[in-house]
Amino acid sequence: MELFNSESKKIVSDPINVNNPISLQVLGICSALAVTIRLDQAIIMTLAVVFVLCSSNVILSLIRNYIPTRVRIVIMLSVIASLVSVVDELLKAYLYDMSKQLSVFVGLIITNCIIMGRAEAFALKHGPSKAFLDGLGNSMGYGLIIIVVSFLESFLGQELLRFRMVEQVMFYGEFLNRGMQQDMKILVC
Amino acid sequence: MTGVEHYLSIFTKAVFIENIVLAYFLGLCSFLAISKKIDASVGIGLAVIVVLTITAPINWFLWEFLLDKGALVWISQDFKDTDLGFLKLIVFISVIAAMVQLVEMFMERFSQSLYNSLGIFLPLIAVNCSILGGSLFMVEREYTISETVVYGFGSGVGFFLAIVALASIRYRIRYSNIPPRLRGVGMAMLLTGLLSMAFMAFSGIDL
Repeated sequence: MELFNSESKKIVSDPINVNNPISLQVLGICSALAVTIRLDQAIIMTLAVVFVLCSSNVILSLIRNYIPTRVRIVIMLSVIASLVSVVDELLKAYLYDMSKQLSVFVGLIITNCIIMGRAEAFALKHGPSKAFLDGLGNSMGYGLIIIVVSFLESFLGQELLRFRMVEQVMFYGEFLNRGMQQDMKILVC
Repeated sequence: MTGVEHYLSIFTKAVFIENIVLAYFLGLCSFLAISKKIDASVGIGLAVIVVLTITAPINWFLWEFLLDKGALVWISQDFKDTDLGFLKLIVFISVIAAMVQLVEMFMERFSQSLYNSLGIFLPLIAVNCSILGGSLFMVEREYTISETVVYGFGSGVGFFLAIVALASIRYRIRYSNIPPRLRGVGMAMLLTGLLSMAFMAFSGIDL
C-alpha cells in the first residue's frame, strides 16, 4: 500500500527527529513557550495543533490547484482560522476550564508559524495523503517538544518549591518559571 | 484612579509589567529571527507599534458593534440574543491582514523613505502573534475604546523595547567566546530567558 512505504514513513519521522519544527527550524515557539507551564495544557495544545495542522494541510492540498498565487496567504489564513475556531468552540463546549486557562493561546494557533510554514512549503506542492502525513509528523514533533519541556518544567518547579531551594517569593506570577523554561529548552534541544 | 493616571497605568503595565514578548511570549518568531541586526529590529519594532495601534481599535469597534453578544442591537431589537463571537478569530485575522496591506500601500504612496525602511517588515508582521494577541487580550480584558488605543500603543512600545534590547545585546556579544553549540538561536534563547527574568522585577509593582 502506498501509505506505508518507506518514503511516507520518512515524511512522518523526519520532523519528529532530525528536522524538528521547534528545536531546529525555530518555528512556532511562541505558543510552545507559553503553554508549557503545565502538562495538561501542553497535551491539549498538542491535540489541537495535530487536528488543525493535519486538516489544514489536507484541505489546502486538495484545493492547491485552484488557489491563485497572489492571494494564497489570505486563503491559507482563512482556512486555518476556520479550523481554529472549530477547536476553540469545541474546547469551550467540552473543556471549559481548560479553554479559560489557555485563554488566547488557542486563538493564536492561527499565527503559529509551523502551520503557515507547512502549508506554504509542503501542502501547496504535494497530494493530500502526503500532506496529511507531513502534518501528522510536524505536529507530533511540536507535541513531543512541548510535552517534554512542560514535564521537566512542572517537575522542576514543584520540586524546587517543596525543598525550598529557591525562595517561594520568586515563584510569584510564574515569571521566573517562564524564564527558566527557556533555559531548559536549550538543554532539550 | 481617574483620568490620565488610569491610562498611564495601562500604558506602563503594557510596556513593562505585562510585556507582550517577555511576559506572554508572543511574537517570538520574528523576535528571534530579526534581532540579529539593530537597524532591522528598530524597523520591525516601529512597524509593530503602528500596526498594533491601528488594528486594536478597529477590532474593538468590530467586536463591540458586530460580534459580541447583543452587539447588533443598533440595527434592531430582534438581534438581542445574537452572538457572533465564534467569528472572532476569522474577523480579527482578516482585519489584521487587510490593515497590514493598507498601511503598506499608504506608506508607499505618501512616505517613500519610511516605506523603504519599514516596507519589507510589514508583510512579516501580518502573521505575528503579538498583533492578534493584542486584539484577543483587548477582548478578554473588556477594555473601553480609549483604553484599547493606549493598550495597543503600549504593547507595541513593549515589543519595540524588547527587540531593540535583545538586538543590542546580541550585537555586543558578537565577538565573545561562546561555546560552539550555543551560537545563534541557542544563545538568543538564553538571553531572552534572562531578559524576561529581569522584567520579572517589574511584576512587583502594583498599579
